[in-house]
Amino acid sequence: MKITLLDSGANNVASVERALQRLGAESQRATAPQCIANAEALLLPGVGHFETLIRVLDEFKLREPLVDAIRGGVPFLGICLGLQTLYDGSDEAPEVTGLQLLPGRVRALPAIAKLPHMGWNRLLIKQKSRLLEGIDADAYFYFAHTYAAIEQREEAVAACSYGTEFVAVVEKENMYAVQFHPEKSGEAGAQVLQNFLRLCA
Amino acid sequence: MSLARRIIPCLDVDGDRVVKGVNFVGLRDAGEPAELAARYNAEGADELVVLDIAASRDRRPTFLGTVRRIASELAIPLSAGGGIRSAEDARSVIRAGADKITLNTAAVARPELISETSLEFGAQAVVLAIDAKRDGDGWVVMVRGGRELANRDAIAWAKEGVALGAGEILVTSMDRDGTKSGFDTALTAAISSAVSVPVIASGGAMLPAHFAEVFTAGRADAALAASIFHDHIQPIRELKEFLFARGIPVRLPC
Repeated sequence: MKITLLDSGANNVASVERALQRLGAESQRATAPQCIANAEALLLPGVGHFETLIRVLDEFKLREPLVDAIRGGVPFLGICLGLQTLYDGSDEAPEVTGLQLLPGRVRALPAIAKLPHMGWNRLLIKQKSRLLEGIDADAYFYFAHTYAAIEQREEAVAACSYGTEFVAVVEKENMYAVQFHPEKSGEAGAQVLQNFLRLCA
Repeated sequence: MSLARRIIPCLDVDGDRVVKGVNFVGLRDAGEPAELAARYNAEGADELVVLDIAASRDRRPTFLGTVRRIASELAIPLSAGGGIRSAEDARSVIRAGADKITLNTAAVARPELISETSLEFGAQAVVLAIDAKRDGDGWVVMVRGGRELANRDAIAWAKEGVALGAGEILVTSMDRDGTKSGFDTALTAAISSAVSVPVIASGGAMLPAHFAEVFTAGRADAALAASIFHDHIQPIRELKEFLFARGIPVRLPC
């Protein structure tokens, strides 16, 4: 089993690679459509601006193979912006279209708390989660974002509260995504990645 | 539910060694950066800051190598800075494995550096470091490692920096730095109330009570210290247990 990382040029691609390495998992970077079509498992790390990530996916013609692979059952993990791109779109960049694998829009967190939402926060578990298996319910995870999917549907298995509740963990068949950074979340984060690897196997 | 208050060890690095000293005077060796980083990662630090104190062009490659080695030891976020003068400098530090950059002197000289880096990497990746010194009722900004006065009010500069795209303010009290008499809570509270982004307090930490004070009266979101961690004066786990017992939300290591 080899994890194919979509190399969006985001800051955290190398961090995710190192985190996977520590778990003994093999990974490769993909910037070409055929790498995605042939992938056994896909991981989309992302941090920064919604528009930048979507433009990279479109420019390198990765959108279609990525959507096809996820619809075709290839295990997928989206991190941070990689979760947000699954939706129809984001208020951060109203002119670009998301991957439209999940309904709804990503919106700015309310400015009643300090933004970005940056630091260690806990989750509100909504449903039994495969990604969170074996992790303490009060474990902390590292978040760094200003936008979030606020509306929770059945795929939102865990939320987080910061100014408002928002989607923190998505699980829908082979599609997994987390708003926090497992690669920066110490042991709890490593367990999330380990769980994903197990789900891919 | 609120965010855990962060404890951040700071590595002042000269080339490939951690050094320490009061206000950059009497520097002495404090260890191997990657070794210290691994120790803090295991002990429950919430983040790490690494600063190139020499910040000289010719020793840049050595510093970037140090950032790379530190990053490979960490499962927590890393900020790196010291001598970042351009978006290109910022890019090289981030490519080396840092999650955030800290800007200081160069941002005072050319504030657009904040907006340029914020646009490229996102506000969450840009930390504006402000060295502040008491001046009458307020605080003024100092640059070049605290050696020179800049003609700026610290609170106004923090606000301007956030407006330009800084996602975090790291405020160091030049009056308290190295004194071990506690953080300047008046300074951190004033900055924290003035801006809408998280504030990291720095300068003067010695006792656990100093941290408790800066997280309550000082309204800080994170607190940074160096020598008390390097010298094993204050184990991070004990510090966090102390804070937790006082009702301050912290991430307790397993």
